[in-house]
Amino acid sequence: MATPTLDKADAAGAPEPGFADSPYITVTLRVRRFNPEVSAEAVWEDFQLEIDPKERVLDALHKIKWDVDGTLTFRRSCAHGICGSDAMRINGKNRLACKTLIKDINPAKPITVEPIKGLTVLKDLVVDMEPFFQAYRDVMPFLITKDTNEPTRERLQTAEDRERFDDTTKCILCAACTSSCPVFWNDGQYFGPAAIVNAHRFIFDSRDEAGEQRLEILNDKDGVWRCRTTFNCTDACPRGIEVTKAIQEVKRALITRRF
Amino acid sequence: MATTESTAAGVGPVEGGSLYDVDHPAPFIEAPRKRTKKTPKSTRGNFEMAAWLFMRLSGVVLVVLVLGHLLIQLVLDGGVSKIGFAFVAGRWASPFWQVWDLLMLWLAMLHGANGLRTVVNDYAERANTRLWLKGLLYTATVFTILLGTLVIFTFDPNIR
Repeated sequence: MATPTLDKADAAGAPEPGFADSPYITVTLRVRRFNPEVSAEAVWEDFQLEIDPKERVLDALHKIKWDVDGTLTFRRSCAHGICGSDAMRINGKNRLACKTLIKDINPAKPITVEPIKGLTVLKDLVVDMEPFFQAYRDVMPFLITKDTNEPTRERLQTAEDRERFDDTTKCILCAACTSSCPVFWNDGQYFGPAAIVNAHRFIFDSRDEAGEQRLEILNDKDGVWRCRTTFNCTDACPRGIEVTKAIQEVKRALITRRF
Repeated sequence: MATTESTAAGVGPVEGGSLYDVDHPAPFIEAPRKRTKKTPKSTRGNFEMAAWLFMRLSGVVLVVLVLGHLLIQLVLDGGVSKIGFAFVAGRWASPFWQVWDLLMLWLAMLHGANGLRTVVNDYAERANTRLWLKGLLYTATVFTILLGTLVIFTFDPNIR
């Protein structure tokens, strides 16, 4: 599929008999499947595919959905690591299926693909993101200013002020961090890394004037103090945001604000 | 290009032999991790921050207190074999060691209890389990702290 030199007439994409060094290898995708209208239990289902190891897990899922089993359900929109739709647990780690190459995750063994943890599974790899977005909304992720007049020009900011929160502007809300957090797994009441990262983005923005309110919200019983600095979120973030560091900076802001 | 093993049990197209129809709808799945009206109201106190800070500060102090305690009790001057009623009586004759032990008792108990409280919060899933575990924890903590404090202050070296 990805190699333009291959004959596309072979619709299934299998290697041509004549090709001596075919790029294709056989991989097993072990997908966690769940259909509440058929069974209350989720089950593993194996799919064997001929695939170029330079392709991504998302391509493998597409092959399954388009050519093998159309009932396989998963989210994806842009398929290029920006929309944040296809976070899933691949070989036990939260990743974006569209940014994970087959060759990077040991295709010799079956590749497990599960929905992200801590959120209710609706079908196959699709989870209910509502609790995640509720926590996001709770931190008021939008610019708040005390000046109610319509601004007549841009809100200017120095490069240093912009740099202060640059890291946390990269979030794409894929939920890879929050659904990798063991504290969130327990009861889902913890705000979660993603909500704190997006609060951090405005708390440390010199143009925003509601940092105090956001800090107060995150001072909650289920706010930043439930973070155990396990760094799962930092490891999981497909955008390379230093999530745990951002959470620690919010904690520090809360402490230094009071003393 | 691709083969699949026989469709796993419990998964398959909904069309055709579905278990459910209009008269027998599929069971509604309650989202267990939602913020609903039943979710406890958020707290806006500073207790969690104080607890978090206490853990860090008491931890630093406890490193000195506990390591010093272990060194004196188990290593220096003949090691553990020297410890007896007379040794404790001799030490608690000095207010310095009384304060040392009292501080260690309070900080260690509160530090440990707060640590266990967070463990219960993180791992106990049902509200009732949390309530009972924390109730047991707080009772044991208060009992131990009060008993220890009582002993330190009312210790009588001439007891028969």
